[in-house]
Amino acid sequence: MTATDQKPVIVKVPTGHPGLDQILRGGMPIGRTTLVTGTAGSGKTIFAMQYLVGGIRDHDESAVFVTCEETPDSIRENAESLGFAISGHEADGTWTFVDATYDPGIEEEVVGAFDFSALIARIRHAVTTTGATRVAIDSLGALMTRYDDAHIVRREMLRVSNALRAMKVTSILTNERAQEQGEIARFGVEEYVCDNVLVLRNTLAEEARRRTLEVLKMRGVDHLTGEFPVTILPGQGLVVLTLEGTALDAESSTIRIHSGLDALDEMCAGGMFRDSISLVSGATGTGKTLLVTEFVDGGASRGERSLIFSFEESRAQLFRNAAGWGRDFVALEEAGTLRIEAIYPEMRSLEDHLVAIMNAVDEYQPTRIAIDSLSALERISTERSFREFLIGLTSFIKHRQIASLMTATARTLLGGESLTEAHISTLTDMIILLRYVEMGGEIRRGFAVLKLRGSTHDKRIHEFTVDGSGMQIGGPFRGVTGILSGAPRSVAEASPDLEIVSQMFDADGGLR
Amino acid sequence: MSTGLPSCETDAGGSGGTHHFRLFVAGESPRSSRAISNLTLLCQRAIPDAHKIEVIDVLERPDLAEAAFVLATPMVMRMQPLPQRRAVGDFNDLARLAAAIDLHAPDTRDETAS
Repeated sequence: MTATDQKPVIVKVPTGHPGLDQILRGGMPIGRTTLVTGTAGSGKTIFAMQYLVGGIRDHDESAVFVTCEETPDSIRENAESLGFAISGHEADGTWTFVDATYDPGIEEEVVGAFDFSALIARIRHAVTTTGATRVAIDSLGALMTRYDDAHIVRREMLRVSNALRAMKVTSILTNERAQEQGEIARFGVEEYVCDNVLVLRNTLAEEARRRTLEVLKMRGVDHLTGEFPVTILPGQGLVVLTLEGTALDAESSTIRIHSGLDALDEMCAGGMFRDSISLVSGATGTGKTLLVTEFVDGGASRGERSLIFSFEESRAQLFRNAAGWGRDFVALEEAGTLRIEAIYPEMRSLEDHLVAIMNAVDEYQPTRIAIDSLSALERISTERSFREFLIGLTSFIKHRQIASLMTATARTLLGGESLTEAHISTLTDMIILLRYVEMGGEIRRGFAVLKLRGSTHDKRIHEFTVDGSGMQIGGPFRGVTGILSGAPRSVAEASPDLEIVSQMFDADGGLR
Repeated sequence: MSTGLPSCETDAGGSGGTHHFRLFVAGESPRSSRAISNLTLLCQRAIPDAHKIEVIDVLERPDLAEAAFVLATPMVMRMQPLPQRRAVGDFNDLARLAAAIDLHAPDTRDETAS
């Protein structure tokens, strides 16, 4: 064997799925065949359509779609609802159907040996007359199950796959599988016949559908492994959710912004960072939505575009709340510096919510975003989906250099942490705690900055009140301990020296 | 056309034949030849003076294959009389071919080209 230093350079073809391109670090190898396998309803046809449409739209590549299951009319119709104008592409010659659907009206009996030369000739004809470089066959199974002879079926699969390679097109072959896990092949050979294998899954976990995509095999291409969440949206098709900007390469800003509350700016040594992810945690009624209102108003009333995603309260409620705190959200929305999206969490899957948030951000280009609350979203999802959602959301927000404030509802009224917190705390730059404090027979409220990355901050627990002009943060609780655990008690009574000791470490009376 | 196939069109009994078959094959493969001779043999037995066999090479005329939605070759289509009937394969069993395309001929067994 002669060793060569030359590494074959693999030219990659973008797949029409930006998320998948990220997983494949650029796309699929040119000129190869890729098997896309999945159970019924896992999105194989949409995947194939989108691959072709992506080529037409973004890369001037013509496409041939070999349909074996749904008629071209039905494909056109479905495509339309997803936002793919196939008829238009057909008219300008960039999309060609090869109709290999089964017509039950025509009897076709098998007498002896045959092969798929005619189908291959038709595909080649479509490819050469249109100069197509992308081909999809949907689906291999529908084509092959018409013929009983397993030996012929296997041989013909190989013939079709080889013919596609010989045509130098980059092709996708879809195929059904019976189960979500286990055997890939239905005919025992599909995964060997194709160069690459992608698996689409549509599993039922905790009564929720969870779609994923996995790259099982991609010859010669370094790719990310594991299952990635997928969603199917009208107007967009199949969306593969990955971590935008590949997680931690987002730039860190040192620019501070007004939090909406002067006292909070002071506690944070000059305001929150422009690209920071902040979490507010507190029991119900502690003032989380109020803090959101202050945060959004702090930007919107200064001409910064702010976006609220409300999953607990309706628009009308938000307007009323704001008015009660002396803020005019109606005027801000009219002025174009505020946009409110209110939707019940149950209306969409978590993946769809994430895409909706991303779309709204892309469309509206806000500098601030508030999400109220994460706990409401957590309610509709499995633990794993929620974790992926949070990672996806926070990396997206960081990448766009947007200041964000998200709320989480603590499970107990006094003290306690929320489940949401446990997932998100490491992803946040700032955590604010709002707590009920029971003292001397009355309920008071405490405000603390628990964590602030990249800056010093006031570590004391401040008392705050709510009045007709919003949140008023007052001085710190003195001589009280145990607020965070939900059982405050006066330390002055227990040890008169403690306050003196604490003041020794608190000489400047504020920031440290 | 330069298929070099044994016969591109055979028209026994003049253009007014009662049966018209269109046979799609792919190139000059042994499988193509077998299909042509088996179909011809059956027709000569069953309807010697009233058939027309039109052979189409899909490699040369993919457009015709497209128009007729042909997937597998060899494939014979009975164009006349209607309704259309189709059979796929090299027709190694004349009795079954006869049934498939609705031709009834006696004593066709064991004489197939294979």
